[in-house]
Amino acid sequence: MAFKSYVLVCGGTACQSSKSDEIYKNFITELEAAGIKEDVQVVKTGCFGFCEKGPIVKVLPDESFYVEVNPTDAKEIVAEHLVKGRQVKRLLYQGEETKKHAKVEDIAFYQKQFRIVLRNCGVINPEDINEYIARDGYAALEKVLFEMTPDQVINELKISGLRGRGGAGFPTWLKWNFTKQVNDSPKYIVCNADEGDPGAYMDRSTIEGDPHSILEAMIIAGKTIGSNKGYIYIRAEYPLAIHRLDIAIKQAKELGLLGKDILGSGFDFDIELRLGAGAFVCGEETALLASIEGERGMPKPRPPFPAVKGLWQKPTVINNVETWANIPVIILRGGAWFANIGTEKSKGTKVFALTGKIRNSGLVEVPMGTTLREIIYDIGGGIINGKKFKAVQTGGPSGGVITAEYLDTPIDYENLQKLGSIMGSGGMIVMDEDDCMVDIAKFYLGFTVDESCGKCAPCRVGGRQLLNYLDKISKGKATRDDITKMRQIGNAMKRASLCGLGQTAPNPVLSTLTYFEKEYLAHIDDRTCPAGKCKDLITYSILPEKCIGCGLCARRCPVNCITGEKRQPHVIDRSACIKCGECYSVCKFGAVVRK
Amino acid sequence: MAKMTLEELKKLRESKKRELEKREITGKDIEIIVGMATCGIAAGAKQTLSAFLNELEAQNLSNVLVRQTGCMGYCYAEPTVEIRMPGMPDIIYGKVDPETAVKIVRKHILGKVLINDHILDKPAADIMKK
Repeated sequence: MAFKSYVLVCGGTACQSSKSDEIYKNFITELEAAGIKEDVQVVKTGCFGFCEKGPIVKVLPDESFYVEVNPTDAKEIVAEHLVKGRQVKRLLYQGEETKKHAKVEDIAFYQKQFRIVLRNCGVINPEDINEYIARDGYAALEKVLFEMTPDQVINELKISGLRGRGGAGFPTWLKWNFTKQVNDSPKYIVCNADEGDPGAYMDRSTIEGDPHSILEAMIIAGKTIGSNKGYIYIRAEYPLAIHRLDIAIKQAKELGLLGKDILGSGFDFDIELRLGAGAFVCGEETALLASIEGERGMPKPRPPFPAVKGLWQKPTVINNVETWANIPVIILRGGAWFANIGTEKSKGTKVFALTGKIRNSGLVEVPMGTTLREIIYDIGGGIINGKKFKAVQTGGPSGGVITAEYLDTPIDYENLQKLGSIMGSGGMIVMDEDDCMVDIAKFYLGFTVDESCGKCAPCRVGGRQLLNYLDKISKGKATRDDITKMRQIGNAMKRASLCGLGQTAPNPVLSTLTYFEKEYLAHIDDRTCPAGKCKDLITYSILPEKCIGCGLCARRCPVNCITGEKRQPHVIDRSACIKCGECYSVCKFGAVVRK
Repeated sequence: MAKMTLEELKKLRESKKRELEKREITGKDIEIIVGMATCGIAAGAKQTLSAFLNELEAQNLSNVLVRQTGCMGYCYAEPTVEIRMPGMPDIIYGKVDPETAVKIVRKHILGKVLINDHILDKPAADIMKK
């Protein structure tokens, strides 16, 4: 019996936290109750990327894109749409641009995207290997096992121009080739799924939506460089991704796609999961390998590179999740196809996790060379509440800010570096006029200082000192001299730190100093915070001539420090005020001022 | 399931691909739209819909999209079915029982010949499209 309709329910972490699990279950019960269980297939897919509007339910073949669905809405969708063929209009996505109920291909969010890594996310059920196989899954592996020589595989990667998506952008083929040429055994394959940047969730979503693409790529690498064992290092905070990897590995083993004598080719390969405890430094490859070995996660000086002496001192290929997800497509479509996408030096696409003060936060994949403006305004829908764009942070705590004048820069590894930021793994945090740059720098540096492993002095001591200066600035106690010292410390950390964490930790500070020096100086010279974020530099007061005495601010004040008679101007007791800004945001008459 | 050989994997992929293709929308240029309002269902539209799906599967046609819609207004001639395909005029057929459904797939879609005794109307202009 063929299905008449299909209901795709998003099963990514973001939608699951908004009860998409319950939605899925309700669909099954409602379909059963309506007597059309046999006619409709309900599929739990990976992330659709449009997390801002989740939970998302897509009904096919009508291509209805339902957003912000509640578990109770399942009944209405079943009764109206699936039984009677009438779309539930109130739940359909309404495009901001046309105000018309949009089909998926009309939604601006998806128009500029090009999905290679996320090709199966939101399309297949990640817990069913058959659906992956149906979308040409494991076809690249067939090619590598039976038709291609290892040198041909490496050559295809070389033509493709694929570079590591973990951030540094090292050519993938070179890494594989180094490892292949080393005369030592055993060799290891490692997947770095230790994604830890604040606000980044590209790798998590890729694994949750398409776990088999990672497994297939790792087996391909094993065959190419001559390894029989792979490890996926993933943080324990990603329970859903781990669960889906477990299922994927089990299913692949059952079908003989993992284990001994894969597809009768005589090649053996096995994959094991290793759960990390969530230390940011373990995303650094040498620290990650130490952690797999059961040692404390601390980086080691390179060389020797992992390609020569990696896991247990043996040659190891270590790539990031997104890099792996590209491999099967490159093998299937050919390196030349891939090299056609992107810019001269950066090929293919990049996945970004778009967050912060942006209207459509979510997961987007765009060809390299797309401009920041296209991502933030065309895909992201611009800034929330019509505020003014101030800056965007790429590369998380290792990156830097990019300001409005550089919005038209095409994104690739080199261009971002020129602007003092980095590609990083793909976090993209958008800031508006209400964000204070000193505060932002303090947030990121606070993160890296917490996460520093403490092995080398430049990172351990330098980071702490920088943070102390930032603290001084945000309290209005700094001098101009301090900025000079901060630049010195930052540059020293860049040069002298042992690993990427310390080398990039000062980036948020140095880049905000470059682009927003005036804002720093306002904190230092005028003792004010222009964005009104740094609590020690602001005071709230009520203008008596504007206050009508409605009492709203007094009722909202969490510490009851606002007093006044009804219909008479109120006053704030500054000694008790905690500067939360609640009165400022609730006053309808502009009577509360922040200075 | 037991361990597979290369041949078995290829076979599995082919069969699963066809299953998954039914969910796909891109690349399908022929549309069969079945009126599934109360009047249509009472007249047997459910059986008609199943007949279409089974015949498409039997003929191994993967570029056809089968959709359901509400009442087209011809309650006296239910089940009604609209066919849109390149190279043929858009047609609404009336009184489409499962047998006629099979005929539509074989003659109209594959043979590009109209089934004269079931032609009811051509679709009204869609005011939502400009």
